[in-house]
Amino acid sequence: MKSVAKKFKGLSDKAIAWIFIAPTLILLLAINIYPLIYAIRMSFTNFYANKIGREVKFVGLKNYKKILGKEEIWEKMQITAHFVCWTLVIQALIGLGLALLLNKKFKGNELLTTLIVLPMMLSPAVVGVFWTYLYNPQVGLFNYVVNFFYDFGIFDMIGSSTLAPWSIVIVDTWMWTPFTMLICLAGLRSIPNYLYEAAEVDRASKWQQFIHITLPSVLPFLLLALLFRGIENFKMFDLVAELTSGGPGSATELASINLKREAFEKWKTGYSSAFAVILFVTIFGFGNVYVKVMNKIKDR
Amino acid sequence: MKKILSVFLVPVFALLFSLNAKSESLTLGWAAWDPANALQELSKEFTAETGVEMNFEFVPWPNFAERMLNELNNQGKTFDLLIGDSQWIGQGAEYGHYVKLNEFFDANGISMDDFNPATVYAYSTWPKGSPNYYALPAMGDALAWAYRKDWFDRPELQAEFKGKHGYDLGVPKTWDELYDMCTFFQGREIDGQVRYGAAINTERGSEGITMGVTAAMYAWGMQYENPDKAYDMDGYFNSDASVEAVEFYRKMYEDCAPPGHSDAYMVANLDAYKSGQVAFQMNWYAFWPGVSKEDSDGRVSGFFANPCQNVCAATLGGQGISVVKYSDKQDLALEYMKWFAKPDIQQKWWDLGGYSCHMDVLGSPDFVDSAVYAQGFLDSMGIVKDFWQEPTFVELMLPMQERIHDYVVNGKGSAKEALDKIIDDWTEVFEDDGKI
Repeated sequence: MKSVAKKFKGLSDKAIAWIFIAPTLILLLAINIYPLIYAIRMSFTNFYANKIGREVKFVGLKNYKKILGKEEIWEKMQITAHFVCWTLVIQALIGLGLALLLNKKFKGNELLTTLIVLPMMLSPAVVGVFWTYLYNPQVGLFNYVVNFFYDFGIFDMIGSSTLAPWSIVIVDTWMWTPFTMLICLAGLRSIPNYLYEAAEVDRASKWQQFIHITLPSVLPFLLLALLFRGIENFKMFDLVAELTSGGPGSATELASINLKREAFEKWKTGYSSAFAVILFVTIFGFGNVYVKVMNKIKDR
Repeated sequence: MKKILSVFLVPVFALLFSLNAKSESLTLGWAAWDPANALQELSKEFTAETGVEMNFEFVPWPNFAERMLNELNNQGKTFDLLIGDSQWIGQGAEYGHYVKLNEFFDANGISMDDFNPATVYAYSTWPKGSPNYYALPAMGDALAWAYRKDWFDRPELQAEFKGKHGYDLGVPKTWDELYDMCTFFQGREIDGQVRYGAAINTERGSEGITMGVTAAMYAWGMQYENPDKAYDMDGYFNSDASVEAVEFYRKMYEDCAPPGHSDAYMVANLDAYKSGQVAFQMNWYAFWPGVSKEDSDGRVSGFFANPCQNVCAATLGGQGISVVKYSDKQDLALEYMKWFAKPDIQQKWWDLGGYSCHMDVLGSPDFVDSAVYAQGFLDSMGIVKDFWQEPTFVELMLPMQERIHDYVVNGKGSAKEALDKIIDDWTEVFEDDGKI
């Protein structure tokens, strides 16, 4: 111990700080930054990782032009946008609703919270496989429950191009609404009681209390939850790959599933690196704008 | 003290000795299915003869190609021997993943003339048909059909069918007959349960729907390219006959498949059949020993080769066994191959449920009577056709999966549009690969 102290003797605080930060920085550079730069470099080439010995040529912006000019890529982006937008809207509404419910004190509150949070603990791949059985038109519980309320007859959630995009929204909502709920619940529990007491004194109705106290207070939390979910769902792969494999046809082929097929099945490394960079820039751009908006709301 | 020491040390030395005695081992990779279990059983004999321990890694079918091809592309050393799909042979040879076997065959008296010519062509040679061998035919296979013979034999159903269609309910000779029979059973109540026509391939993720739809396309006479001009696909792959075949396959899906059969391949088809949902299932011969063995509770299965339409043809399955170039135990792996090629081992392989391609087995007078599906297997192996075996076969397979699934299951666009788009995708792949 003494010798370590001796060694550090004479070093400035800044130098010591650097020594402590260095391992993390090195790991970050090696695991995140270097692959990112490498992928950007790859994106300007015609590299195929499976074609050993083939000459790798610099192709400039060809990969980017090809991707951005491909109608099918825009279709995948639309499918992704549909998935991301609807999951965020539904999860925000249900998540906030559940949080408001669980913020009340009642018998069985803790048990109910635990049960609601359970789906979030499961592996997305397991959830995907599990829901293929639930959606089975002959023996699945989903058809049975829906037909219990209204007789639609036999319908195939993951075999129909109109229903399949909704089937993945439903499963993601089932799995991840608890996450939104938990963050909102944390927000709700941070609201001081005296605000409501003051509102009561001012004879504010429950609705006015919700609009003027609850919602503004919980909104930054909700937006934060949606930011996380938005980023995650933009990159969604495992759950959808297990549930529909992107089908029927390409009805649920999200951008990330398409990227995986290009990169690790077709082995178009240069092309898929360009696609990955485009997706990264898109999500980074959206994320930045969103954070700025979120900060403005928080500052209000 | 001595006693205590001996109690502990003797087992330790025994263990070390046994480990040392079995220090030589080989790892073989294949798909996880019934024949793989049969091979594991068969290989015990190799271990008994040579002392070489055999390890197996069997990967479920949906991940099989991805797992194995990633391993090869990464020049991995996990596998010494690989039983890879027929379509991989081009990639295995051109990218140097497989050891060329000509010298080894010559040195050990293994002749490709001893194996079924269709299997040698499909599983072993690259370039196709050339005498350059990269695999030994290991498992002959083709897409075929199983049907509920017990239902077909019921007099009341036979009479009703004959009254409706004017011919006997039996093994369908054409796809048209198959369709008549499938629709006959669709939604029919038998023994108090609603039954359906046929469990056909509709899987989206790997190769399922392509293997299924090509069974129809080949029977309609589809060719991938101009026989006189390589990679000239327009007018061949999307010919009127091909379009008709794809439309027919969609009709089969709509009118004959059980509800929810929209992403189904081997296991899903088996499940639909075994649970008594369907009268027919499309599947690989590899599964028929299991299906036949599991016939019970009145279920009697019959088997037949892919029906003809304009021509007689069947989708090729099956695999050859190759030695992986990156293995450190190539000599040992070749020893295994030498052992596996022996006629008596090939006979045992068939007896255990593997599909030998050795002519001594297939040509034996007892062969046809050795199993109910044996004749069908022989018939099929004479008419098999395979998907592109190009090194870029995955790039060629994926767009076909997407386009065909989009049309057959999703109902998007027309069959002609789907085939035209596939040609566009394939042209791009061949251009990228410098073939055109």
